[in-house]
Amino acid sequence: MIEIGLGHYLSLGAIIFFLGILGIFLNRKNVIVILMSIELILLAVNINLISFSIFSGDIVGQIFTMLILTVAAAEAAIGLAIILIYYRNKGSIRVEDIHGMKG
Amino acid sequence: MIVHSIFFYFFSIIAIFSSLMVITSRNTINSVFFLILDFISVGCLFIMVGAEFLGMILLIVYVGAVAVLFLFVVMMLNVAEQKNSWFTGKETKHIHSGLIVGNLVLLELLVVVGGWKYKDDLMSSSTLILSNTSNTHQIGLVMYTDFILYFQLAGVILLLSMIGAILLTFRERVGVKRQSYIKQISRNPSSAVELKDVESNKGVKIDD
Repeated sequence: MIEIGLGHYLSLGAIIFFLGILGIFLNRKNVIVILMSIELILLAVNINLISFSIFSGDIVGQIFTMLILTVAAAEAAIGLAIILIYYRNKGSIRVEDIHGMKG
Repeated sequence: MIVHSIFFYFFSIIAIFSSLMVITSRNTINSVFFLILDFISVGCLFIMVGAEFLGMILLIVYVGAVAVLFLFVVMMLNVAEQKNSWFTGKETKHIHSGLIVGNLVLLELLVVVGGWKYKDDLMSSSTLILSNTSNTHQIGLVMYTDFILYFQLAGVILLLSMIGAILLTFRERVGVKRQSYIKQISRNPSSAVELKDVESNKGVKIDD
């Protein structure tokens, strides 16, 4: 309990991943919160990669974390742009209002 | 070691609480602010565990750019008044399936964590961390040699996302006066300047 090991960091990553997935499933408000949940999931993945990298003494995990950060930033920018033009066209980004594809 | 565990529990409790608040907050603005708090506390954890460069990147790039981008979009779209109506809507069937899936994922991850036996000889790699150089130095040594292709591809992805975001949100406005670079550059003295003889006591008319 006092000695902080790999398991503690993995548990933290698991809890944040779980909260991110819960945020995607339970959200009824707007799509921006779903994008934020995706950011939480990517953050949990980064926690896992960095803790494995530190505790196994291999630097490649941190390289991959940096690449994931890059892709996550690109994804956030594109997603927010899509949300912006959707709001401009339809006037609402509530999750229950988005059913144009009848999915 | 006791200080290490105290800091770990402090930052991780803040991170878990703020990520809970991200998904449960009634106001989207508050969600964004809790997302920023989450990034900051996880960045502090990264710095504490020894990955200083990525912790700083998380603080600077994520808190400084991405989270503020979220904040801009939330304020632009004026969706802060859309209050969260989770359990009051008419369609609440998805909540059960969502809870089941989410809890299964948590259980699986915790089983993995519980069953994990850490072994020293797990990794046999050529990129083992040298103890006498700094974290940034080690990342640079590996990233610009072994991972140069991925580094360049990340740059291409960033360029693509920038072009895509600009192209998506661009719109032509009518009735806005703009500079026309072609017109400005293609002027020459013979068409732009005209010499006139000014007669005495009559002056010259401009802009006719």
